[in-house]
Amino acid sequence: MSAAATNDDFVQPTSFAFSEANLAEAKKHIAKYPKGRQASAVMPLLWLAQYQEGWVSRVAMDVIAEMLEMAPIRVYEVATFYTMYNLKPVGKHLVQICRTTPCWLRGSDGLTEMCKKKLGVDLHGTSADGKFTIMEVECLGACVNAPMVQINDDFYEDLTPETLAKVLDELAAGRQPKIGPQVDRLNSAPEGGMTTLKDVAKGAGQ
Amino acid sequence: MPKMTIDGIEIEVPAGINVLQACELAGKEIPRFCYHERLSVAGNCRMCLVEQEKAPKPIASCAMPVAEGMVIKTDTPLVRKARNGVMEFLLINHPLDCPICDQGGECDLQDQAMAYGRGFSRYAEEKRAVTDKEFGPLVKTVMTRCIQCTRCIRFATEIAGTETLGGVSRGEHLEITTYVEKTLDSELSGNLIDVCPVGALTSKPYAFTARPWELVKTDSIDVADATGTNIRLDTRGREVLRVLPRLNEDVNEEWMADKGRFNVDGLMRQRLDRPYVRVDGKLKPATWTEALDAIAAKLKGLDGKKIAAIAGDLCDAESMFALKEVMTSLGSGNLDCRQDGAAVDPKVRASYLFNTTIAGIEKADAILLIGTNPRWEAPIVNARIRKRYLKGGLKVAAIGPKYDLTYPVDVLGAGADTLGQFANGSHAFAQVLKDAKAPMLIVGMGALARPDGAAILAQAKAVADACGLIKEGWNGFNVLQTAAGRVAGLELGFVPKQGGRDIAGILDGTRKGEIEFVYLLGADEIDPSHFGKAFVVYQGHHGDRGAHRADVVLPGAAYTEKDGTYMNLEGRAQLAMLAIFPPGEAKEDWAILRALSEKLGKPLGYDTLDQLRTKLYQANKRFQRLNAVEPAFWEDFGHMGSMGAGSTDAKPFASPIANYYMTDPISRASATMAECTEAFVSPKKKTGTHG
Repeated sequence: MSAAATNDDFVQPTSFAFSEANLAEAKKHIAKYPKGRQASAVMPLLWLAQYQEGWVSRVAMDVIAEMLEMAPIRVYEVATFYTMYNLKPVGKHLVQICRTTPCWLRGSDGLTEMCKKKLGVDLHGTSADGKFTIMEVECLGACVNAPMVQINDDFYEDLTPETLAKVLDELAAGRQPKIGPQVDRLNSAPEGGMTTLKDVAKGAGQ
Repeated sequence: MPKMTIDGIEIEVPAGINVLQACELAGKEIPRFCYHERLSVAGNCRMCLVEQEKAPKPIASCAMPVAEGMVIKTDTPLVRKARNGVMEFLLINHPLDCPICDQGGECDLQDQAMAYGRGFSRYAEEKRAVTDKEFGPLVKTVMTRCIQCTRCIRFATEIAGTETLGGVSRGEHLEITTYVEKTLDSELSGNLIDVCPVGALTSKPYAFTARPWELVKTDSIDVADATGTNIRLDTRGREVLRVLPRLNEDVNEEWMADKGRFNVDGLMRQRLDRPYVRVDGKLKPATWTEALDAIAAKLKGLDGKKIAAIAGDLCDAESMFALKEVMTSLGSGNLDCRQDGAAVDPKVRASYLFNTTIAGIEKADAILLIGTNPRWEAPIVNARIRKRYLKGGLKVAAIGPKYDLTYPVDVLGAGADTLGQFANGSHAFAQVLKDAKAPMLIVGMGALARPDGAAILAQAKAVADACGLIKEGWNGFNVLQTAAGRVAGLELGFVPKQGGRDIAGILDGTRKGEIEFVYLLGADEIDPSHFGKAFVVYQGHHGDRGAHRADVVLPGAAYTEKDGTYMNLEGRAQLAMLAIFPPGEAKEDWAILRALSEKLGKPLGYDTLDQLRTKLYQANKRFQRLNAVEPAFWEDFGHMGSMGAGSTDAKPFASPIANYYMTDPISRASATMAECTEAFVSPKKKTGTHG
């Protein structure tokens, strides 16, 4: 299989510039490293570019290479190595479905199937309206509330295909659905309220 | 010096080397793919695993530094099993296409699979396929064969200094590529073919041409530039099919530049394979006797002052020596081997040699480049400077145009004015040179081959004296010659005799009609309009500029077709051997001159090449001391020539090479070099007739 990034079926933009705030942030990252070692800041800068545009375009990598005085190919190597850098444009909402063991045991396959069917796309595909891109990712660290997905910066947990469909509908309609567990629980506390530590210890608070 | 035990052999090894090198010192061969002596250690192929006592698992010997008391075993069941496993994994995705692979027969993977591979595959799934990359007209890629050793990436990054190759994606999807389909813009790209241990990178012009065991191998010297790169000519029948570098630590290490490697197809085109004589304004085929008679008839009774000879850039020492003797017998002192008019002083060796030597560059700590683009004029020298730069602490400055030399260069000025500030010490970089332990300057032909060259040479010498470039055991004054035959010509005195004319004088004479006969020995870089009405004899191997103007054409041999001595820019004499015979009726050059001398009634005193060489060695012993550099004395020079050390011109310096890929008759006739010119130097817009 050839590297996906070199088989383009989309148009690469011709220019890229960091926003003022991001440029200031980038300079902060560069300043962390001694002179001559600016290249160490390549990962945060790539991340900033992705945060700004949703993905990392080739011209963005060129800009970063120039900022860090490194060869463009070195930036390209880093960007293609890490799966969390998107080298293709993504939809407005990037749905990252966790597929690692706990989520998988709790039915992440069903979530993926539902998304594929509902949005009419394959993994890494973007829906026709440009609103959603779905992908499977490895553990996002919310196993206690498996299965879960991350949509842009937010976690949606304790999902079933139905509840995830509802979340997607809300987002499609431009509303903000409830973030976090989609069942009756607070963060990672037990479902339906606390089950232990309910008694007050003898003499407590006296 | 740590002591260690390798397979029961106790051995003391230099500190700082790795276990793999120590094993080689102990005479144990370690298989490897990614490890290369001249590149950084990657340690990713895992083929060099050995067993180390007290280590929990096999170690990668290329990445393990030696230590006192190490006990290494290189041939145990554990080692064997580990290597077998590595080999099996490598072969999982490697295609079984050896029968159609150009690397077949000289492939590291093929060879090592004989020792460590199993006879069948246990892998039943689909193999990986990788799209091929476009690396330009020289390097062919079949990326499915790639085993990701990353040698090519390291070569491009470290040695060539063109950071365009990289490994993208990860794991099974790792691919070697240039940054988004760029071609590989380097004069050393042919070496990628040599470092690639498999058939992923092979030679494009040589593709599907021959198998290594069909080829006859002959040692030779590259004449595409003055570096004197040691090469091996691989021939089949009457054709040189490819050129590979030979190891010479003092000159080219194990690299070679692209022009010499890929211009050999030019040896089959535009060749002069029979003599010609101009009759009624047109060149007509003639026999050797007719051609030599025509020359003898013209020379009969002609005053020696009206005769001149010019030697070209690719000439071997023997033919220039013979021509010089012929000219002497004719009473002519008008001879020159400096077609471009470079103002070096033939009497003082230090004025035309690369005195520091190529290996000496590694000791330098400050370099001033004057009117030179070493990347194009001598890519191997440039690679040495880069090697020195990578060690750190090297300052490089240049006077002349800004070139991308693969290391940072401070451009101080454009021309002779800036150089003047050095001579009187007023320039800031002069202090850097003075403070340096081993400072050097390199003067290029871009500064010397101009009307004010003599004055610039004088200034450069003044800089060398003023800035302390000449010290005990160190001579930092260097001239970067660009012609392979030039230093030999200067050494054997193919220069104007007392009262004779130099190149400018000869051309002035032909224009005015004072010179009536010009003998061109492979001299093609002169505008023919200068020859006026003179009778021109061209002896050489290609129908290039010189032959077009000639009245008599004598077909000679190219460097692959004769035994010849060449002296590189350091003054190192090296032998090139005959690999194939000259085409058609063409003859070895010294033999042509011997035959001509017979016709002229003044036969040269030798009948064989050996006898000629004996005479040559008597005249100059340095031609006999092969592969040795004799340091030149630092004498007074820099005020000779018709101009004297006159004033300098304010005109900026420029490299004499406008197109790296076409500088001599061979490369101008080469189709591969024409493709390179189009790909790298002057890209043309493709028209509708392109494929």
